Amino acid sequence: MARIIAGVASSHVPAIGAAVDNGKTGEPYWKRVFSGFDKSKEWMAKAKPDVVIGVYNDHASAFSVELIPTFALGCAAEFPPADEGWGPRPVPVVKGHPELASHIAQSVILDEFDLTIVNKMEVDHGLTVPMNLIFGSPKEWPCPVIPLAVNVVMYPPPTGHRCFMLGRAIRKAVESYPEDLRVVIMGTGGMSHQISGPRAGLINSKFDKAFLDNLTKNPKKLARMPHVEYMREAGAEGIEMVMWHVMRGALDDKVNEVYRFYTVPASNTAVGHIILENKSRAGAGKHKRAAQR
Amino acid sequence: MKRAQQDYDDIPGTFVFDAERSRRGYGINMFCMSLMKDENRKAFKANEAEYLKKFPLTPDQRDAILQRQYNRMLELGGNIYFTAKLGATDGHSFQHMAAVMTGATQEDYAKMMLAGGRSVEGNRSKSGADKSIKAKSKARKKSGSKRG
Repeated sequence: MARIIAGVASSHVPAIGAAVDNGKTGEPYWKRVFSGFDKSKEWMAKAKPDVVIGVYNDHASAFSVELIPTFALGCAAEFPPADEGWGPRPVPVVKGHPELASHIAQSVILDEFDLTIVNKMEVDHGLTVPMNLIFGSPKEWPCPVIPLAVNVVMYPPPTGHRCFMLGRAIRKAVESYPEDLRVVIMGTGGMSHQISGPRAGLINSKFDKAFLDNLTKNPKKLARMPHVEYMREAGAEGIEMVMWHVMRGALDDKVNEVYRFYTVPASNTAVGHIILENKSRAGAGKHKRAAQR
Repeated sequence: MKRAQQDYDDIPGTFVFDAERSRRGYGINMFCMSLMKDENRKAFKANEAEYLKKFPLTPDQRDAILQRQYNRMLELGGNIYFTAKLGATDGHSFQHMAAVMTGATQEDYAKMMLAGGRSVEGNRSKSGADKSIKAKSKARKKSGSKRG
């Protein structure tokens, strides 16, 4: 049986990708950001998942305003990096896991989540930046990644609670998959930021830190936060954080917070990152304490 | 038809790209999306007004695009991820656009971000409707902030 062993969440700021692509990760400004992910890369190398489910959003790359799916699950064998206006990012093609992805689709649709199935899709920085942060810049990504694109560009995105419950349904789907696979689910986006309008530049560290605390300890209550509170407190684009609830919903109610990192700013955005392990995960605890901050 | 009031219209300095703006701004966003192709960028730059005729735009929307009024584009249904493509076509960094939208110089905007960004204090609400939220967050603080 397949299992979800852990959840990872991370911001997906495009400028982080540009820093990777242009070899700027050693500059002091960027070092502050990247050094916060050193432990995550170590953790990932030890966790060695067989598959990652990457919950992210497209930014007018694969989807324009012609088609705005609320939840779109990538069931293809591969997902090339999208051209976001500067040519495609020089990162490896993301290899999917069509067997597990189609199994998840079948299961969660019958669980009343009306997913869109995507068999051809390019993926943008929303997915590939967090992959750089947790995997580094290998020639090939170390494992297949199933993209789950969530609309957070056009209001309203799905509610936090809906995202949380989809996480639950994904977990159930994974656990009914016959092959023994170790799966990590990744939520991306956020943290507080507003990049549009006269209030652009908004950052709210207090909100972000409370969000991280509650994500670990009070996830069900946190998932009930109304959209207007994200936008008011964490910026219009801070609403991306609803995607973290999909990750959290796929985990145990009680989890071990293995690692956390937070810094301001990366470009226009607060960067947040957290790793949560399922307590039920056997034999995963060895490096846990070492990584605690 | 007048825009229906929404709870988030109370947030200052913010144009939420909702379903209604998405409907109204379809032409703006499809125009911006077309700029992903180099040949289209060249055609637009060669004759902006002519190129815009290919898209369903109101006169207001067309003028906002031609005059690079980025906030007005958002108000009329443009979305930032789309309008950013227009900024990139003009050769501007995202930070330049952000500064323009906030009415700051790029240098001052960059300084503000390095210093931790724009504070939410005083920037939550046009009407003061956020008072209850503030009270709540104070109560949360009192109950003990657990971690730094």
